[in-house]
Amino acid sequence: MLEYRVEIALWAISGIIPFFMLNIWTNNNLNESINISDVLLSRYFLCAFFVRQFSVVWVVFSFEEDSLMGKVSPYLIQPLNPFFRYFAQHLAEQITRFPFALIIAFFFFIFNPESIWIPNLGILLLSIVSTFLSFLIQFLIQSIVACLCFWTEKASSIERLLFIPTLFFSGLLAPVVSFPEYVKSWIYLTPFPYLIDFPANLLSGNETNISGGLSMQILWIFLLFPLFKKIWSEGTKKYTAMGS
Amino acid sequence: MNLRKYLKVYKKFFHTSLASELEYKTNILVDLITAILSLIGSIFLLSIFFQNNGYIGGWKFEQALIIQGIYTILNGITNTWFNPNLTEIVKHIREGTLDFVLLKPIDSQFFISLKKINPSGFLEIMLGFFLLLFCIKINQINLSLSFLTLSLITISCSICILYSLWFFISTTTIWFVKTWNAIEVLRSFLYIGRFPLNSFSFSLRVFFSVFIPIAFITTIPSEVFLGLSQLWKILLEVIVASVFLITSRKFWLYALKFYSSASS
Repeated sequence: MLEYRVEIALWAISGIIPFFMLNIWTNNNLNESINISDVLLSRYFLCAFFVRQFSVVWVVFSFEEDSLMGKVSPYLIQPLNPFFRYFAQHLAEQITRFPFALIIAFFFFIFNPESIWIPNLGILLLSIVSTFLSFLIQFLIQSIVACLCFWTEKASSIERLLFIPTLFFSGLLAPVVSFPEYVKSWIYLTPFPYLIDFPANLLSGNETNISGGLSMQILWIFLLFPLFKKIWSEGTKKYTAMGS
Repeated sequence: MNLRKYLKVYKKFFHTSLASELEYKTNILVDLITAILSLIGSIFLLSIFFQNNGYIGGWKFEQALIIQGIYTILNGITNTWFNPNLTEIVKHIREGTLDFVLLKPIDSQFFISLKKINPSGFLEIMLGFFLLLFCIKINQINLSLSFLTLSLITISCSICILYSLWFFISTTTIWFVKTWNAIEVLRSFLYIGRFPLNSFSFSLRVFFSVFIPIAFITTIPSEVFLGLSQLWKILLEVIVASVFLITSRKFWLYALKFYSSASS
């Protein structure tokens, strides 16, 4: 992973959309109407950036390529589910990304010195846990989509479709509190707000229901995991190597 | 004569790649749904910004929709032509197949920029177009010949700038080999094009008009739509677009001197 330093640095930069959004929010004083101060909002978006950096998942693209290239066949013979391989890859890249994310945060604090804060240790640990849970949810969802490769070959377009609600409802572009009532009434039942909004609120010290959020995350993992196992066992039965 | 030859070749490109893309019919259907949802999502986000404010950066909601419309058209063009072709450059260079492109008796930039097509982008272009028509209605814009020519000129300039940016980054593959992530960075910057330039702080505004001219891509055509744009801005956009086009061309020819095929 360390071989691709520039790659990973660019990856980190490509995640700075939350900062542009923050700029729109504060520059137009939009946050006054939702009762979040400038400082808390800037912390929120910084945390959203961090959570996004450590919960990005691209397993469907790797799996699709491997399956089209016929690399999945040797993986299947091995006594380990190939998704563990991708899982380890993701974790390794997250660790390499950490210093770059810190550099970006450093620059952020130079421009916004008033938003510096130190979360207490308990909150920090809890938000690391919830970021990891968010990563797990996304990894499971994408693995389920990736398993559709067994049927359709090009599963990445389904992933691009699922990415749209993730982008707009997860809180990456606007905190979920700011959503209109008719969306807020049902959004908390879907997995989306727990992907970015919940861990970011937790870390930035904004108001949030900690036990409720964590239990919803765990609930979604318990719902998705059996689904993944099911679709995986169905898919491998269906699997025929390319050209056979 | 030359132009005719290129037109003929382009027709062939169009047919072959359309035929091969239509092999994946469900894929196209899913992409169509994605395009529609993506537009709905952007309008939803915009409505959040406007729910308690009448103006953002001096733009009303109805006016900001014009920017969305133009962005959607440009994004459709990106998805139809730039994305499938220019990401292919990376593959050409990694696998050394650029050799075959260079050997062909046709301009290499033409070949690698227009070889492929992704039909699902067409729907986005159409969606953006309908949104623009709707905006013309709700903003009560008078259609006149000068309005049409000016908006056509500015939008084609935007397309040229956008193309040059994509082509420029893809060309750097010759040195860096893997530029996927540089393209991701460009994508995330282009995202800004969905919002009026004036809604950002001064420093970002300078950054997005001087270093990466995203300001020119959507804001100036939208101002032309509203009849707000001054002549110097339009002229500036034309100049910027031609400078970008010429530089990207020169840069490609320069970069080719450094191309040494794979494993040599």
